[in-house]
Amino acid sequence: MADLTTLPDGDLARDLKRAERRRRLTAMMLVAPLFLFLLVSFVLPIGDMLRRSVIDTEVAEVWPNAAAAAAAWDRKSEPGEALFAALGRDIRTSAGERTIATPARRLNYALDNGRSLVLGTGRALKQLEGEPASWRATLLAENPAWGERMTWIALADAAGPLTDFYLLTATDLMRDANDDIVSRPPERSLYLQVLGRTFLVSFTVTVLCVLLGFPVAYLVSNAPERVANLLLILVLLPFWTSLLVRSAAWIVLLQDQGIVNDILQALHVTSEPIRLIFNRTGVVVAMTHVLLPFVIMPMIATMKSIPPTYLRAAISLGAHPAVAFVRVYLPQTVPGVAAGALLVFIMALGYYVTPALVGGADDQMLAYFIAFFTTSSANWGLAAALGVILLSATMLLYVVYARIVGMGRVKLG
Amino acid sequence: MKRKMLFAASVLAGAGLFAGAVLAERPLTVVSWGGAYQDAQKAVYFEPFKATGANMIDESWDGGVGVLRSKVQGGTDSGWDVVQVESEELQIGCEEGMYVELDWDKIGGKDAYLPAAVSDCGVGSIVYNFVLGYDKDKIKDAPAGWADFFDTAKYPGKRALRQGPKTNLEIALIADGVAPADVYKELATDAGVDRAFKKLDTIKKDLVWWKSGAQPPQFLASGEVVLTSVYNGRIDAANRTDKRNFGIQWNGSLFTLDSWVILKTTPNLDQAYAFLDFAGKAENQAKLPDAIAYGVTNKGATALIDPARLPDLPTAPENMANAVQISDSFWIENIDKLTERFNTWAAAN
Amino acid sequence: MKSAHPATLTERIARVVLVVSALSVLFFLIAPILAILPLSVNDSEFLTYPFRGFTWRWYETVFSSDKWRLAVMNSFLIGIPATIVATVLGTLAAIGLATADFRGKAAVSALLLSPLVVPIVIVAVGLYFFFAPFGLTQTYTGLIVAHAALGAPFVVVTVSASLASFDRNLSRAAASLGAPPVTVFRRVMLPLVAPGVASGAIFAFATSFDEVVTVLLLGAPHQRTIPREMFSGLRDSFNPTIAAVAAILVLLAVLLLVSLELLRASSSRMQRRGEDR
Repeated sequence: MADLTTLPDGDLARDLKRAERRRRLTAMMLVAPLFLFLLVSFVLPIGDMLRRSVIDTEVAEVWPNAAAAAAAWDRKSEPGEALFAALGRDIRTSAGERTIATPARRLNYALDNGRSLVLGTGRALKQLEGEPASWRATLLAENPAWGERMTWIALADAAGPLTDFYLLTATDLMRDANDDIVSRPPERSLYLQVLGRTFLVSFTVTVLCVLLGFPVAYLVSNAPERVANLLLILVLLPFWTSLLVRSAAWIVLLQDQGIVNDILQALHVTSEPIRLIFNRTGVVVAMTHVLLPFVIMPMIATMKSIPPTYLRAAISLGAHPAVAFVRVYLPQTVPGVAAGALLVFIMALGYYVTPALVGGADDQMLAYFIAFFTTSSANWGLAAALGVILLSATMLLYVVYARIVGMGRVKLG
Repeated sequence: MKRKMLFAASVLAGAGLFAGAVLAERPLTVVSWGGAYQDAQKAVYFEPFKATGANMIDESWDGGVGVLRSKVQGGTDSGWDVVQVESEELQIGCEEGMYVELDWDKIGGKDAYLPAAVSDCGVGSIVYNFVLGYDKDKIKDAPAGWADFFDTAKYPGKRALRQGPKTNLEIALIADGVAPADVYKELATDAGVDRAFKKLDTIKKDLVWWKSGAQPPQFLASGEVVLTSVYNGRIDAANRTDKRNFGIQWNGSLFTLDSWVILKTTPNLDQAYAFLDFAGKAENQAKLPDAIAYGVTNKGATALIDPARLPDLPTAPENMANAVQISDSFWIENIDKLTERFNTWAAAN
Repeated sequence: MKSAHPATLTERIARVVLVVSALSVLFFLIAPILAILPLSVNDSEFLTYPFRGFTWRWYETVFSSDKWRLAVMNSFLIGIPATIVATVLGTLAAIGLATADFRGKAAVSALLLSPLVVPIVIVAVGLYFFFAPFGLTQTYTGLIVAHAALGAPFVVVTVSASLASFDRNLSRAAASLGAPPVTVFRRVMLPLVAPGVASGAIFAFATSFDEVVTVLLLGAPHQRTIPREMFSGLRDSFNPTIAAVAAILVLLAVLLLVSLELLRASSSRMQRRGEDR
């Protein structure tokens, strides 16, 4: 066929272009429903959650005057009578309207006795008639903590509408009396340790998955088809079995009176049961079991595409089989291993159910604390801030993964 | 294609409508503490209440005022209506406006109940003790009190405590030699709290945490722990229904009272009152101790309880002898701060 | 693996080590699942060995309990609509992505697939905050929407995979013979992608059917699904009914696996037939 552009009249080219445009439009129209659906059910909610990590309006909603005055305060000079008066009036009103619990809870995040400070003052001010001569004297008489700079820094911090308080807390930082960012005291620090633990557990699980998955993938990809299919079923059955079933199975196996302990005792490896579940061991074992198929599958895909002739050629050219394996075969498996390992690591980072079921209190990872602060502590700001950390880590690795694997090549089961 | 789309759309619409219809009649949700206790409540309160034609469902929880705060935080219906709460959760939540202020005329009037069971937002449901539980089949030499709980030489093996600071700090101090009557005096000081945590530190590696009341008897039954803190009724229930031979040490036990509250976000207020009225009636309450060894709150109920059952109840004088009441005022002031400290302490390696 | 020359001793040892280690890992994968099955018929109050005697009573408990009946109903009440939404939207999107290139396509497809990698707890917490003002927490609608969002990417992936092997010339040929686009889609495209759509639907359903985190956060007490009920069972009352439910779920996993294998086989048969033509 002749080059389209050299045709005397451009009708065909125009038609083709129009058809192409129509096709593009059709494509976009077809993608749009899912795109919009995910926008509403996925992107916006997550965006909204991220927003909450820096939003701080709880105090301002209940104590509008005190919040405005505290926000205007320079954080260095002594708080003046006007500031005390605004706070005193707001506390009295909120105590009467039973809304005082919200600012009390918020200040308690930052101050050791914030809750009792606010509620105690509220109870006292509710009895107060009229305007006192000095709000400052009244508040200080009620609780000397109102004279401390830390209290006012905390209030100014909480005055909103934006705050870095939750993000700082999520990284074990705080503002001191001089408004400088410093480390939290060890007995009130936790989240860096949790973050480290999350990465450590994920890393351990990933390494175990690769080490355990490699021989299986190798065997499956080099076995005759019939055998390979059978072996593959042994990999896929756990994959399709409910996560909850597998957690239950591990509890049954690893508990103190479980089969594993019975065997160990029968073999005289140990005289009394070893603790294998509801601790780190249990978490790592169960998570490895759950994630192993995710690393085996991409490894099989890669290994199957490696032509056996290379290895044979290297050996027939005189290379020792072990050397040939390490120098010729192994490097070719790297893409599959890397893809599987990265996928497992990403998935492990966000694990909640397995550690919650088979871990102890000191084995819980970031996801647990995000859920905890959402449903069991009503500290939504901190939940969101921890969410920011987990999501950024995940997304960063997702980008790396997409670069290595290419999103078009995501394969399942 | 069109037909298929039409079909898919109608299936979707149908599913939506169905879901909507199921949703429209959300049952009254009553939340209690699970396990043998909730089984007893089911037999004595829930099933008979349902038999009156009420649409209700029961759910269990493991306590924590933060859970309730999360439930009412959004201001919209959170799925729970009536909740059985512990005493400091009652006070804190009432102060924070999380519960409906009770209209006592709808549930038989204040005079029908023991004075301790009456408050603005809640009506008392049971009186019970945290006791030291053990398996008599495995331990011949009964522990004498909490000091033995911390004695890993005398009683080697794991022991279980409830996750959270409440009860554990008291237990630690009693074990450390503080007289039960002085526990809260000691805890009021920072040094006292430190002393309690330090005492807990000594057995931290041997501790298992329980969350729901059903767990301690299971731990004992499976041999996972040798000693545990436990609600007295659960031990009694395990002995009676599961043919166990568990023992209770009442010495130094901690007693308290649970109450029913109605969350302010409830869409089922009338039904909630109907349930509280039903569960507050003397003739209904009198059946509870027989099902589980807890004391009840309606003044008229005590006379209806089988006298043979009385020695098993927390209210028996010999069980009360060296027991201490869990202090509401202390925990109202300190539950948030100490929970945070406890969680950090427990979650650190 | 066959070598050209006779195997040396080291090679033979290496092969034995490989086979033994691979088989032990496979044992590690499958043994826990098999180990829990006998306990579902074990006549003992506790979920431990030794095996005391045979009984069906745990299955009877499961089938006669209101709790589990409600859980089964909820799992389907949420799973089926979620699967339908995910499958319809996912199939359309996958066809769209395969139809033509457009600006931002890479970003759009990354977004469509991102629910696969974003931690579920993030999604659940996001929806928890987002739905609350609209009164959508504690509703079936909320859970269906959440599960559809989590399941749709699987449909996109499986349908895209079957479209990748789809010969575009077939639809061009049909169109050039005068078939209207809808007919081309129904008579040519749909039969070819049908196995992909079906396996996507299976993935989406399995995702919903095994999902516990969003149900934990967003679900009301009367909306507990099977995995949610398992979750509390594992924490509160660890008894053999759990094993009975587990055995049923393992059976379901086998069914899913078999149907997927059949679909895969039919899909490759179809493609081979396409190549023969």
